[in-house]
Amino acid sequence: MRITQGTFSFLPDLTDEQIGKQVEYAFQQHWAVSIEYTDDPHPRNVYWEMWGMPMFDLKDAAGVLAELRECRKAHADCYIKVNAFDPARGFETMRLSFIAHRPPEEARYRLRREECEGRLLRYTLERA
Amino acid sequence: MNRSFDLKALLAESGVGAVLDELDRELVGLAPVKLRIREIASLLVVEKARAELGVAGTRPSLHMCFTGNPGTGKTTVAMRMATILHRLGHVRRGHLVAVTRDDLVGQYIGHTAPKTKEVLKRAMGGVLFIDEAYYLYRPENERDYGQEAIEILMQVMENQRDDLVVIFAGYKGRMDTFFQSNPGLASRVAHHIDFPDYSVAELEAIALRMVAALGLELSASARQALGEYLQLRRERPNFANARSLRNALDRARLRQARRLLEAGSVDARMLTTIEAEDIRASRVFEAADASPPAEEATC
Repeated sequence: MRITQGTFSFLPDLTDEQIGKQVEYAFQQHWAVSIEYTDDPHPRNVYWEMWGMPMFDLKDAAGVLAELRECRKAHADCYIKVNAFDPARGFETMRLSFIAHRPPEEARYRLRREECEGRLLRYTLERA
Repeated sequence: MNRSFDLKALLAESGVGAVLDELDRELVGLAPVKLRIREIASLLVVEKARAELGVAGTRPSLHMCFTGNPGTGKTTVAMRMATILHRLGHVRRGHLVAVTRDDLVGQYIGHTAPKTKEVLKRAMGGVLFIDEAYYLYRPENERDYGQEAIEILMQVMENQRDDLVVIFAGYKGRMDTFFQSNPGLASRVAHHIDFPDYSVAELEAIALRMVAALGLELSASARQALGEYLQLRRERPNFANARSLRNALDRARLRQARRLLEAGSVDARMLTTIEAEDIRASRVFEAADASPPAEEATC
């Protein structure tokens, strides 16, 4: 199952050139770009591992792409996302976040149904 | 395929001619440096024409080494270099990141690599200027982390030649030993540019520009005093060319300010003029008067 989360996730995977363009855009907006990876892309998992520090005061996307390549080499079987943080007052949050790498075999989830008191049904996503 | 190229037009189009002329106008002396920069600019323009023709050459390696005594304008030229390379389309952004050993080398094991990579990432798309680069390599301490920084630097200089240009700078003799002990680095630096010392006449021309930039002027006698001062100062130790000159002018401004306050009421001309006495009060003149007997004593 193709994991869809973050920006552009219903489009085909971005090429490195396209990722570079997005990063350039983020720099133009004065956003700080960071790279994170995880082996658990559950939509409720907000704690992805940081790949190094967020990259402040970079001027060019080449630095980010070099880091992304390193991260891909080290964690080819993980999901990697590129985040852009807007430090402007009033936002102070992620403005852009997209998946930049998927493992060859995508994570699979199934829906689990649980019966509780009073015939109540609960549903949850569970790693298959 | 017999297209002809107007290289002059190509040069004009890139706007780099203006930067080169500015370089000629604003920097005094440094003839060999200017010539080399013109050559590099021409090479890039010619490469551009070749690329348009579809003759795909590899991008020239433009890592450089600036050697010269202190105060000969290495940093100033490096700043211009970033602009020139940007106009010619060799680097994408044209910013300059100036660092020294402290910014590259870490303090404990495992600290150097991330620190160096951080700096390299910041410099990507522009020019990385490493001042006093010979401090990176300390042969007397075999566990020094400088070597690690050099290795990372070399790797990036080779693999990401398109992304950044590295300029090393330092004093001639020490840079030579630095490159001798790091042959890998030496072979990756294509351009070695030597900055000559300024002559007294050039220093005087620089002084006039510095003073004009401060909104001041030198009286005719002050100009003559400055010439004598420079002649004497050059003979003394720790002479740092334009930097010494700037310090001397700063001290002259201090003396001028004190003189004006003591005078009480001043007019506009006095406020903006540095007189000979402001310069002649320098210790350098005292030492010159005092030195002949001192020399006799030691002989």
